[in-house]
Amino acid sequence: MYRVDKVYQIYKQLEEKNVLLSFKGMITSELLTTILQIMESKMDHIEEKPKVKKKVFNILVECLQNLYHHIDQDDTVHMPLEDKSALLMIAKGNEIYEITTGNYMKTSDVEPLREKLELVNSMDKDELKAYYKQVLSEGTLSSKGTAGLGMIDIARKSGEKLEYDFHPINDTTTFFSLAVKIAE
Amino acid sequence: MENLILEGSAKTPTVNFDGENGVLELKGRSIPENSIEFYKPLNDWIDAYAGSPKPNTIVDVKLEYFNTSSSKCILDLFKQLEKLNQGNTNVSVNWYFEEDDEDMEEAGEDYQAIIDLPFKMIEVEEI
Repeated sequence: MYRVDKVYQIYKQLEEKNVLLSFKGMITSELLTTILQIMESKMDHIEEKPKVKKKVFNILVECLQNLYHHIDQDDTVHMPLEDKSALLMIAKGNEIYEITTGNYMKTSDVEPLREKLELVNSMDKDELKAYYKQVLSEGTLSSKGTAGLGMIDIARKSGEKLEYDFHPINDTTTFFSLAVKIAE
Repeated sequence: MENLILEGSAKTPTVNFDGENGVLELKGRSIPENSIEFYKPLNDWIDAYAGSPKPNTIVDVKLEYFNTSSSKCILDLFKQLEKLNQGNTNVSVNWYFEEDDEDMEEAGEDYQAIIDLPFKMIEVEEI
């Protein structure tokens, strides 16, 4: 637990990093809706340009649903509660938004995800468009309704390279961090 | 046949499938975590409509946002309509997008490239 005289430090840290919203915990469907509503009204309040607002909203939906589906998997049923918890931060700097997520994942799933991220990051705008269309027309939906398009869509709409990190916790668990930039 | 009318929610679009006039409208946002459940009745309705369609079928897509889960279901909807187009109705799609919303415009172009249906891209001030 934080000591009460450290609260100001936490506040300062969030302020220095221009954090608009941060959440740590389990992402449920209801919470996802609430976070989207909060971000929409925050962007309305600062009269954000419609184009930027749409991009941030779209990317946020995909990021949140990645977190949501991640803990929705059957094999996470027996996971300890803290492993189902995720981190979400949205910061707004000068002419740039940054959405950061963090979640635990199985170490055995790291390589396919790393390969996907490397592939997506190696592509330019046109290649991403072609890849998106290919996966859209050839792929099938999982029973959870995931299309395998999330990271491609995020990269496409962001227009920036995705930043990520895999932090090993133990032999079976890894902490995955993703940072998505949206330039205005 | 009965029209399919669904009121929009925070995560699902307003649906107005009018069999009398052959006008199928999808409007608002489509961002459910799992879109399969939501789109199933729409597919079923089109299957029923295929039995006695109007000579012209107009599909109005007026989406503000859609997620990648919905993108696949929307494609399947278009594929269903593509098949319908080879029968006794002419299907055409009006794809609406808001001014400056290049992502939504591009999304329409993506479908246009995959699906063999006439697409009209319509830019509007507000959806």
